[in-house]
Amino acid sequence: MSNVTMTVNGKTVSGSVEGRTLLVEFIRNDLHLTGTHVGCDTSQCGACAIHVDGKLVKACTMFALEANGAEVSTIEGQANGDGSLNVIQQAFKDHHGLQCGFCTPGMVMAASALLKTNPKPSELEIREHLEGNICRCTGYHNIVKAVLAASGQDVSSIAAE
Amino acid sequence: MYNFEFKQPKTISDAVNALESDDAQALGGGQTLIPTMKQRLASPSTLVSLTAISEMKGICKNDDGSISIGGGTTHADVACHSDIFFGLKTLAENIGDAAVRNRGTIGGSLANNDPAACYPAAALSVGATIVTNSREISADDFFQGMFDTALEEGEIIVSVKFPVPSSSSYQKFVQPASRFAMVGVFLSNFGNETRVAVTGASEGGVFRWCEAEAALNEDFSDGSIKDLSIDHKDMINDIHASKEYRAHLVKVMTKRAVANAS
Ligand code: FES
Ligand code: FES
Repeated sequence: MSNVTMTVNGKTVSGSVEGRTLLVEFIRNDLHLTGTHVGCDTSQCGACAIHVDGKLVKACTMFALEANGAEVSTIEGQANGDGSLNVIQQAFKDHHGLQCGFCTPGMVMAASALLKTNPKPSELEIREHLEGNICRCTGYHNIVKAVLAASGQDVSSIAAE
Repeated sequence: MYNFEFKQPKTISDAVNALESDDAQALGGGQTLIPTMKQRLASPSTLVSLTAISEMKGICKNDDGSISIGGGTTHADVACHSDIFFGLKTLAENIGDAAVRNRGTIGGSLANNDPAACYPAAALSVGATIVTNSREISADDFFQGMFDTALEEGEIIVSVKFPVPSSSSYQKFVQPASRFAMVGVFLSNFGNETRVAVTGASEGGVFRWCEAEAALNEDFSDGSIKDLSIDHKDMINDIHASKEYRAHLVKVMTKRAVANAS
């Protein structure tokens, strides 16, 4: 076992992990932050998407020890200071961007990574950026709509309600 | 996955030493190796992560005009760097998905030499030089078949030197589930010479399509390859595409690459 220390949602945390402990396992099992989901464990679905040093990554495809010393943010750190939903989360709620909600933490983390580098993405750019995030419920239209709305753009061009 | 000892050296020489231990394996961004280890198709006893080696990251222009990309540079960093030429930029920004591009590295992709990976096509097409901790290997000698390269046990790709073509293009017919190339064609034109490298198609991994190169050297236009065809005998056959379909795609993607080169 080795010691690992990182900052998660602004708090310094540490623990003792095996070499093979995945970052997502450390986050869920040791830190009990279960908002980061495991949909596939084969790097395909993006339900485990988080930010490491500001970059979108799949927490199931990275070892906890690789994040030693890193700044990590997960869905639990996304709400506003007063506990209200942030603008992306609120847009998902307003535009019915989720049904079962399993993919949603990953979708929100992916969307926020996009809006940080591209504050006004086109519909195509949003769809391309979300290629690594699978949703089995919504058919994606309302997710795309939510991301467009979160970026302050008109959403009337997106078909499904 | 089986457990292993994790090491994260900070310098190339420490990494080379760490890789000397029995059954040690280098870990780049892990976007292929970690899934492979989960399936127990790889079970190294020591895993040597290369991600903390800062001298293996970054992109710079050399005096001879070529570009050197550190082996530990991610696809995302290649995609957004201003010195990267057109074909290589398109290639890097379309590997996998956004999260994969933030971890996966050029050195990892080349060392793995997946028969459907994108980077081998770029390296072979421009005639890149693979710089390791002990020597320089030309791309023409580096790729030796599916998942096989000239790298020795424990040898690390420190950087890759790319000559800059006057125009280039990468055309990928995406296998939509994996985002790998069902067929990908990288074309580079150096004025007096055109090189065409194909990935995703052949059982032997990336290869140069010499007939197309000869035709394009005569006349650089998509018309000059319209009467060519490529033998489908050695092409990959799987549930996504037959040998014949892949052979057909090689020609279509090459034509598009000529038309699109910039
Ligand atoms: S759980 Fe990580 S990509 Fe699906
Ligand atoms: S809302 Fe159910 S998987 Fe996306």
